[in-house]
Amino acid sequence: MGVEVVVEGLSKSFGKQAIWRDVSLTLPAGEVSVMLGPSGTGKSVFLKSLVGLLKPERGRIVINGTDLVRCSESRLYEIRKMFGVLFQDGALFGSMNLFDNVAFPLREHTRKTEAEVRRIVLEKMEMVGLVGAERKLPGEISGGMRKRAGLARALVLDPEIILCDEPDSGLDPVRTAYLSQLLIDLNAQIDATILIVTHNITVARTVPDNLGMLFRRELVMFGPREVLLTSDEPVVAQFLNGRRLGPIGMSEEKDQATMAAELAHREAGHADGAPDEDVRGVVPQLEPTPGLPPRGAVRRRKDRVMSIVHTLPADAQQGIVASLTPEEQERYGVLAANAGGPALTPSPVPRVARLPETGRHSRGGGDA
Amino acid sequence: MTAPGASFPGAGALAEAGKLFALAADVARSTFRRPFQFREFVQQSWFIVSVTILPTALVSIPFGAVIALQLGSLTRQIGAQSFTGAASVLAIIQQASPIVTALLIAGAGGSAICADLGSRTIREEIDAMKVLGVSPVQRLVVPRVLAAMLVSVLLNGMVSVVGVMGGYFFNVILQDGTPGAYLASFSALAQLPDLWISEFKALIFGLIAGVVAAYRGLNPSGGPKGVGDAVNQAVVITFLLLFFVNFVLTTIYLQVVPAKGS
Repeated sequence: MGVEVVVEGLSKSFGKQAIWRDVSLTLPAGEVSVMLGPSGTGKSVFLKSLVGLLKPERGRIVINGTDLVRCSESRLYEIRKMFGVLFQDGALFGSMNLFDNVAFPLREHTRKTEAEVRRIVLEKMEMVGLVGAERKLPGEISGGMRKRAGLARALVLDPEIILCDEPDSGLDPVRTAYLSQLLIDLNAQIDATILIVTHNITVARTVPDNLGMLFRRELVMFGPREVLLTSDEPVVAQFLNGRRLGPIGMSEEKDQATMAAELAHREAGHADGAPDEDVRGVVPQLEPTPGLPPRGAVRRRKDRVMSIVHTLPADAQQGIVASLTPEEQERYGVLAANAGGPALTPSPVPRVARLPETGRHSRGGGDA
Repeated sequence: MTAPGASFPGAGALAEAGKLFALAADVARSTFRRPFQFREFVQQSWFIVSVTILPTALVSIPFGAVIALQLGSLTRQIGAQSFTGAASVLAIIQQASPIVTALLIAGAGGSAICADLGSRTIREEIDAMKVLGVSPVQRLVVPRVLAAMLVSVLLNGMVSVVGVMGGYFFNVILQDGTPGAYLASFSALAQLPDLWISEFKALIFGLIAGVVAAYRGLNPSGGPKGVGDAVNQAVVITFLLLFFVNFVLTTIYLQVVPAKGS
């Protein structure tokens, strides 16, 4: 099973320019998390800090009891063997063909025979749909193929933590959907902790168990997906809906004047292309391909989330409870807890009682 | 990542120098870490030889000739023609040859190393390698630096021979020097340590060229243009360091090793 990654009070700056400050979050073991954020908010920097490629000035990143910010270089190389990282452009070795690229970690770190290496490499290549392209050089294939080959290389040592830097950038929506499915299937098969950094809303809404957002040099929020998907935070609402109206501007922040002007345009009937519907709300999560084992993370997360559900905002609570099957609601004693739990806001109670009848979100899979 | 207390002028340069030495120390340490990348070492040596051998030979002939001609006319003015051989051969072996070798190693080999590592860095290959748990210093930099050192030493031998032969040719054929005097004065003044210091210099210059090229290649200032700038800087920095180190080594040598016959 994957391992937990605990980040505490992490701050990073380049010279005088702070990238983000005081980021604290926990990537729960074996769960899929997504970090959202507008371009240029340091998402990639965050990801590189997690593997120790960049050293944050303050804070801790603890994996298996080792603080990556302060451990020795040799220890860092040991810890890194637990990671599989998919870089933005695949980061394949330009002088090797795809087969050698994918085989590289095996040849470096294991004593497997060439026949075994071949078997494992071909298996991973098939997983990402690259059979037949083994002899091609990275320069000869498309960006999407490079990305998939990069993923195959990241997976070849059966990592416990998988980090993906914008797996969707440069991919069409269909391939992005396939890649999302692949990541969920992987999580079902090897139970690795996965962190995806992206600004793709579809990925953010359907893939993760946990969702976070970086903006304005800090972590806006991080928690169970329902919390962010139902959030009233203006930044989150604007980002999820991909609108111009809101605090995010072309260059990171927007001043009051621009915001007022945009609002005035909209009042005057300027069609800014943003759809009127609000895509916020909890949508069904992507499930593993039928035939694969169920994701262990789903059940673990449900237990974890239900134990803290009373601390979450009302909309998130509603979304979480609505996604439970009637049996699960009974198992977690949601209704009973609502009646007696003093920490709960009173509003969800009647809605929760109503939801099983409407059956809007309850599905056979009982996914959270 | 600038140093936290970098406020006084020149702090940036000091920090850069520190990082350069840190890389050199890292290279030294990684050299003895198994497994040694023998294949990469051979490939890199071959590559550096292939780009440097012809230019070096072509440069060393006129270089030897210029020294021989200059010394030839000078010694004739002061009536010491018999020492032309010794002076020109010593000048070629001790000074000209290591410098010519190093300039070409830095200019042809170092710039290629720097460009190669630089483009790998901006394509995130280096990061990917680190993340895959493989040290790029051990895997890529050590074989390159050792190759630069080996080729530098070997080329230095070749440059010495070609330079001395060029000098002999110009002195004896064009300036009507006496072959016997040329060779006799040579063996009267030159000694074996002169050859050692020459090779030692070549070794050190190869090290400098390799480490500086690798350092600039691993730290380009962002984007493809940064790689171009890094290559440029690598060559310039190497040249500056070469002449300074040459000055230091020559001073020490002249102090430590007594001249023959004195």
